[in-house]
Amino acid sequence: MAVSPDGGPVLALAGEWQLGRPRPAVSQLAWPEEAQRLRLDCQALRQWDSSILLYLRPLWEECQRRGIAIDLDGLPPGLRRLLVLATAVAAPLERDDLTEDGFVGRVGESSRQVLVAVLRVCSFVGELCVAVLKLLVGRARMRLCDLITESAKAGYQALFIVSLIGYLIGLILAFIGAIPLKWFGAQIYTASLIGIGMLRLMAAVMVGVVMAGRTAASFAAELGTMQTNEEIDALRCMGVPPMEFLVLPRFLAMTLMMPLLCVYGDILSLAGGLTVGVFYLGFGTVEFWEQLVLTTRLEDLYVGVFTSWIFGMLLGICGCYQGMNCGRDSAAVGRATTAAVVSSIVCMVIATALITVLTVLWKI
Amino acid sequence: MAENTTSDRNSPPPPIEVRDLTMAYDERVIIRDMNFVVPAGEIFIVMGGSGCGKSTLLRHLIGLMAPAQGWVFRDGVDFWALSGAEQDRMKRRSGILFQGGALWSAMTLAENIALPLREFTRYREKEIREICELKLSLVGLAGFGDYYPAAISGGMRKRASLARAMALDPEVLFFDEPSAGLDPVSARRLDELILALRESLGATVVVITHDLASIFAIGGMAIFLDSGSKSIAARGRPQELLDQGSNPALLDFLTRGERHTRLPAARADGSSKV
Ligand SMILES: Nc1ncnc2c1ncn2[C@@H]1O[C@H](COP(=O)(O)OP(=O)(O)O)[C@@H](O)[C@H]1O
Ligand SMILES: [Mg+2]
Repeated sequence: MAVSPDGGPVLALAGEWQLGRPRPAVSQLAWPEEAQRLRLDCQALRQWDSSILLYLRPLWEECQRRGIAIDLDGLPPGLRRLLVLATAVAAPLERDDLTEDGFVGRVGESSRQVLVAVLRVCSFVGELCVAVLKLLVGRARMRLCDLITESAKAGYQALFIVSLIGYLIGLILAFIGAIPLKWFGAQIYTASLIGIGMLRLMAAVMVGVVMAGRTAASFAAELGTMQTNEEIDALRCMGVPPMEFLVLPRFLAMTLMMPLLCVYGDILSLAGGLTVGVFYLGFGTVEFWEQLVLTTRLEDLYVGVFTSWIFGMLLGICGCYQGMNCGRDSAAVGRATTAAVVSSIVCMVIATALITVLTVLWKI
Repeated sequence: MAENTTSDRNSPPPPIEVRDLTMAYDERVIIRDMNFVVPAGEIFIVMGGSGCGKSTLLRHLIGLMAPAQGWVFRDGVDFWALSGAEQDRMKRRSGILFQGGALWSAMTLAENIALPLREFTRYREKEIREICELKLSLVGLAGFGDYYPAAISGGMRKRASLARAMALDPEVLFFDEPSAGLDPVSARRLDELILALRESLGATVVVITHDLASIFAIGGMAIFLDSGSKSIAARGRPQELLDQGSNPALLDFLTRGERHTRLPAARADGSSKV
């Protein structure tokens, strides 16, 4: 491509340059020895778009590297301006490279981050405890109306989905449970299965998962958006502690509503089991019910309600923590929401394991 | 340190004094060794390019962020030496208009203004309603009390936010980029509103801005933050600063970098015309 009429090399750009078409590579150019100045000739250039810039920019860089001056006068004025813009060097952004390279450095950095996160969670829970204590002595800046609205959101507005899922899970568990029990002719124990399984654990877990996706996520999104919009700063700099004003009502609403929802889920899932018992297995309603009452103890109900009370606290903490520690852009709100749901579910599973082991060990 | 810091013990201490303040996020220093005094009843401008640390300075002045080094004195008292409750009381004496308005989106405008009144005063409900209506009409939003922030325009939101900032009759008003994101007419109206309110309320006003029109319209003492040198690069009245023209970064800022936009082009094609 390089020809020389009067000593210096000239690069002729010709024809149509369009994105999507093949484009020559700068590396294929044969550079003449001792070139000082490269002229560009665009006489035969017809149509061009960004494609030609994709060629000219590496060319420019190559010239810089070889110490050759590049003469842009031959370019159409518009193209020349674009090239000047494209090759302007941005002022380097100052970055703080605290992370050391290498394995040890990375391990150190990530353990530091984990430690910071743990400390943050601890201080969050600590502050929440202080807020609850303040509430008990009647000095928390929490509005009753906030508690009521949040309770409504975390409570009766979730009734429909809890009804649906509770009833269906009861139904499914009874169907599946009846299969092996039939082998032994012990279908009547389906009632016990439903009673113990649902009351003790399943209803609490089911309500917990529904509420993690529904309410913990919405806490994180709400508080995260408030963080992004500086609404939380606005509270803080009026001397209204966001922990009492925003987190406390949400936490309390969850803690109060979850056990109630769990009892409601219990009732619906028993109804689901009863449906299967009566219409599929062919028992009488009274018969099924008596078997259920006979084999299920009140303690099973208590364990389930206790579990869901713990779940309520966990969900409140996870949702609000993620929201309050959200970054300041909208992508951060998305991350906070995801993190709220994931951490809620992980916490609930761990709590369930602990509670199950402890209650079995203590023979409750 | 919690002592009167002005040299003249007879005059009241300035509402804000910053001494040897270094601001940093973790290890990353934003601006170091700042010193300035905001005199009572005056307008004070903090100017500088985007990302140079203006909002960060605001967060220090209103007590949302603790200094990495140095002191922030409010009314001659070291803010960070105060107890939590005293800090809260101090915070309530300033009103803040945040960059994005920061109205509480779950509440109507009237509730936004009423919240600080309900929390921190013992006014009766009827009185609170009257105050809300008054503050809203001061900023030209009479009758908008029942609207939610999402339902009004950006300029109205800023003004409503100003009404909320004035709810507790603060002694110092802070504005973070009041004209950002507004059309020129709304921006000018907001500037005029700021000036009018300052004159009639006698409050001290700190305006943070990178809007040249606002800077020259508002006047007042100004400091210029420069992210290159990480310091206060210049101080004085904007017009005088422009006329004296000592600092190149400041001149670029005040003249919209006229000298510089042509430079790379000129260098590239060897002629100064593009
Ligand atoms: N929370 C934060 N953590 C770390 N760096 C931040 C944070 N907030 C702002 N910064 C950085 O501090 C600098 C100053 O930001 P800011 O004060 O918002 O600038 P502006 O003058 O535009 O208001 C920016 O470079 C920004 O990247
Ligand atoms: Mg800012």
